Amino acid sequence: MKNKKAFGKIFEAVMHAVFLLLGLVTVGCVLLITVYLVIAGLPAIRKIGIVNFVCGDTWRSTANPPSFGILPFIMTSIYGTAGAIVIGVPVGFLTAVYLAKLAKPAVRSVVSGAVSLLAGIPSVVYGLVGMLVLVPNIRRLFHIPDGSSLFAAIIVLAIMILPSIINVSVTALEAVPREYEDASLALGATPVETYFRVSVPAAKSGIAAAVVLGVGRAIGEAMAVMMVSGNAPNMPSLFQSVRFLTTAVASEMAYASGLQREALFSIALVLFLFIMLINAALNFFLKKR
Amino acid sequence: MKTGNTKRFALTAVIAAVAFAMLTGCSKSEAGTVSTDGSTSMEEVIGVLGEAFMEENKNITFTYNPTGSGSGIQAVQEGRCDIGLSSRSLKDDEKAGGLTETVLAYDGIAVIVNNENAVNDLDLDTIAKIYKGEITNWSEVGGNDTQIVLIGREAGSGTRDGFESITGTEDECQYRQELTSTGDVITTVSQNPDAIGYASLSAVSDSIKALTVGGVAPNEATVKDGSYVIQRPFVLVTKNDTKLSAAAQKFFDFATSADAVELISSAGVVAAK
Repeated sequence: MKNKKAFGKIFEAVMHAVFLLLGLVTVGCVLLITVYLVIAGLPAIRKIGIVNFVCGDTWRSTANPPSFGILPFIMTSIYGTAGAIVIGVPVGFLTAVYLAKLAKPAVRSVVSGAVSLLAGIPSVVYGLVGMLVLVPNIRRLFHIPDGSSLFAAIIVLAIMILPSIINVSVTALEAVPREYEDASLALGATPVETYFRVSVPAAKSGIAAAVVLGVGRAIGEAMAVMMVSGNAPNMPSLFQSVRFLTTAVASEMAYASGLQREALFSIALVLFLFIMLINAALNFFLKKR
Repeated sequence: MKTGNTKRFALTAVIAAVAFAMLTGCSKSEAGTVSTDGSTSMEEVIGVLGEAFMEENKNITFTYNPTGSGSGIQAVQEGRCDIGLSSRSLKDDEKAGGLTETVLAYDGIAVIVNNENAVNDLDLDTIAKIYKGEITNWSEVGGNDTQIVLIGREAGSGTRDGFESITGTEDECQYRQELTSTGDVITTVSQNPDAIGYASLSAVSDSIKALTVGGVAPNEATVKDGSYVIQRPFVLVTKNDTKLSAAAQKFFDFATSADAVELISSAGVVAAK
């Protein structure tokens, strides 16, 4: 009996250690990635010069002499993400209001099912459909020589960020206390007035978090945009072939060597800093809620 | 009940340990294995050779890791594989780093256009002018009055390196699109009637049209006799100061032997021997 108790205690201690260890693995991974990115990313920045690297507008990694300016990638990532937000947020936000407040249960279950499904589609499939359907149609519709462009990437990204925006916004809207809305309705406001004047302002920090989450998803996406954006390192323009921060790393990594390879790690470091900023913004909004 | 739990836990731990050991074991090369690493363009030819080699030597395991020429060269340099595969000649600094190249085969690079394109033949000079952006309309070379859309590969790709060095357009190509695989290039050219691209001869299919260059059609015979000018080497990369393992040496000898010529040809490239 006593033996059993002692064994139980030891077992508890062992399991505690195991859980602690598993928890530390996660923290360790984050630390490892951060430290590795900084170590791998800094040498090239030092060799190229931070100003030349971040503000240079020409990227010719294998030219002689090479030039490593990533301003086109930074601008493209910002423009692309902004474009996706401009298109994706209104659609996602209004869908969320509809789902949370207006939709009948039957319609709601169908639409939420579709949204979940959209979230589950792998990004390479978005890219493939974009490449085979969207790109040729953009070419035809706008009478440009080639459809692979920033515009195609924005459309694909806007669709890809919809599920995150919708799901988080719906949760935020549903958390608004019923009494707020009842009070507004009792004062004579129509339901739609109530939703936009009472529910939405009450859920605004949650909705802001949804937008930030969408930004994070859009700026980090590589596969789908690589397949539709053309990947030429141009300064961003709506119907020009462009390259994002993510695709700049992904597209040249396979064959890169020497300084070119180091510079790709530096791009990853810049991207990592962007993501950290977005994460900090997300935490800020979530805490506020 | 409790002992049952601990047993299960112990079992899980053992499985995890074994799985971990297997994972770490993969990257090591042992006696009886040949590991190759590198060019994705060489996938077909190295696949055929590896299969035939394993058929003959049942106790030797052959592995190929398609990572790209740069990664393959780096892998052999760091001793992570026996033989590196590169679809470009070694650069001078790589040779200075203690690496040796052995040409296994030559691969023709086909210049491809959409099937709807009226143009059938361009000479090397015209191709260079098109890629440099000096000729921008198909009508200037006998096609429709539409803008030429230049499709290429990403910087560092062996195919791009090969194409640009042969046509003398290094760092001057005005690409509209830089794609990351041969398949992407072919798909994109097949989708756009105004596109022109380049790809491995072995990857050319009916969905696109391979141009004749200066009147010479790209095929095995013309690559071998040198009359088709856009071609590049497939190279086996080894380390000077490290002796190959017995198994790796056996594969190396096999791949460069006369017996392998037919196998190499069956992969759509031209054997060097």
